[in-house]
Amino acid sequence: MSSYAPEELLACAISRLIGDAAHVAVGAASPIPASACELLRARSGGRPRLSLMHQRKANPYTEGSRELFDLAGQGRVDVFFLGGAQIDGEANINLVATGEYPKADARFPGSFGSGFMYFAAKRTILFREEHSKRVLVPKVDFISAPGWSPPEVWRRGGPQALVTGRAIFAWDKEKKRFRLESVHPGHTADEVRENTGFEYDAASSVADTPAPSASDLELLRGPVAAKIAENYPAFAQRVWKV
Amino acid sequence: MSLPANETRFFGSVEELAAEIPDGAFVAMPPDYSLVAMEAVRALVRRNARNLRLLGVPQLGMCADLLIGAGCVAEIETSAVSLGEAGLAPRFTEAAQSGALKVKDATCPLVHGGLQAAEKGVPFMPSRGVIGSDLAKHHADWKTIQNPLSESADPIVLARAIEPDVALFHARWADRAGNVWVGRRRELATIAHASKRCFVTYEEMREGDMLEDELLAPGVISAVYVTGVAEAKRGAWPLGVIGAYAADDAHLQQYAKAARTQAAFDHYLDEFVRTGRAARLRDLAAHR
Repeated sequence: MSSYAPEELLACAISRLIGDAAHVAVGAASPIPASACELLRARSGGRPRLSLMHQRKANPYTEGSRELFDLAGQGRVDVFFLGGAQIDGEANINLVATGEYPKADARFPGSFGSGFMYFAAKRTILFREEHSKRVLVPKVDFISAPGWSPPEVWRRGGPQALVTGRAIFAWDKEKKRFRLESVHPGHTADEVRENTGFEYDAASSVADTPAPSASDLELLRGPVAAKIAENYPAFAQRVWKV
Repeated sequence: MSLPANETRFFGSVEELAAEIPDGAFVAMPPDYSLVAMEAVRALVRRNARNLRLLGVPQLGMCADLLIGAGCVAEIETSAVSLGEAGLAPRFTEAAQSGALKVKDATCPLVHGGLQAAEKGVPFMPSRGVIGSDLAKHHADWKTIQNPLSESADPIVLARAIEPDVALFHARWADRAGNVWVGRRRELATIAHASKRCFVTYEEMREGDMLEDELLAPGVISAVYVTGVAEAKRGAWPLGVIGAYAADDAHLQQYAKAARTQAAFDHYLDEFVRTGRAARLRDLAAHR
């Protein structure tokens, strides 16, 4: 088995979750989701369409930064990504602060477009590399965007899965609960349980997240690395030395 | 609401332009990937601006961190403040944690919506989403109502129109007619349309009227919205201007590191912000 970087495993895992999609949008500071999408594009010769919010060259948006939200509002975005300083077992995300708002024990950048995109994109993949009880909490201190909404509230989409540095959880929309789907090579289900602050479902034996294939690694280190370096130079330098 | 038709003023320097932005003004600015008037922001620091209220359209980066660290800002309304790949905005983070800075947390489409309402001269803009978030709970200018056009239950959020005192941004070109060219960065047009006054720094002056050129015109903000302009060559540095120069990533990393402590930040100001003025004063003295 060839060796690979954790970022490469995550990009491959996220590319499988994206699966069949026509249009993937990526927001601020998300080089791994962008790599996942570029991997799909490299494999398929250009599908899905990728709209990278702060793309430096040939940016897809010509109506300014509101355009992403307008086209997501219309239903033209199939997959979007969100993270969280905190994420809880109901898939609520907190990008604002810990502590009793407006007081901030630890302040984070802010909610960006999450309060809207989580409702408007058809699917949202939650992604946070740090998998700890500090991040995966029983209840977020501040809801930037709720994981689900009551039936009378307009909502086109919601969480599909939660990807961390240790595991992948699938979201069960009916039960409003995560289910442990797979654990990354080198990690264990027990370790995931110990480091997760919220309750979730799991089968008695949980699969390993598949390692990247040789051909995927070749694409990641070639065309994908070159594309990512244009917009995430520090990330591309750290992971691929390009 | 009543917004003026402008006759654009041409300032002799960025310092003169910054002097037009009074203490306490509600100032709208764009994100780092758009066109940020960094030289004007440095001029605001040099003139010791105080109690500014910033609006992030829809979020802010280095300009906000610099102004906050320099003590120019009392309050910020924004969807986020971040230095992108260079990480958290350290001066913002510390000021928000200590309570020295009041933060009004928003989300991108409702900032755009509020400005679009001001563009149209209507009191609010409805938006989907947001319901059930703590943003909606805490934001005094948003209100959830029943969709009046729906027979069934359909709650929807209204964002109050946002009318900033000042729009401040950078442009690739200005022309003699007072038009400015921002290309695809149309959020700048939204800010310009919605604000009471609009100040723009520019890279280069173009002769003639850009509105006469069909290829340039779609990227132009007409002079009717532009209060005043001043030349600032490489005025977005260390951020970039699409098609002209890239962001100075190494400097952004250097800034992010320096801004981690107030002492190192103050040193950064001495080296990269206040020296500009010292150098200009020296030049001025030499000319006399």
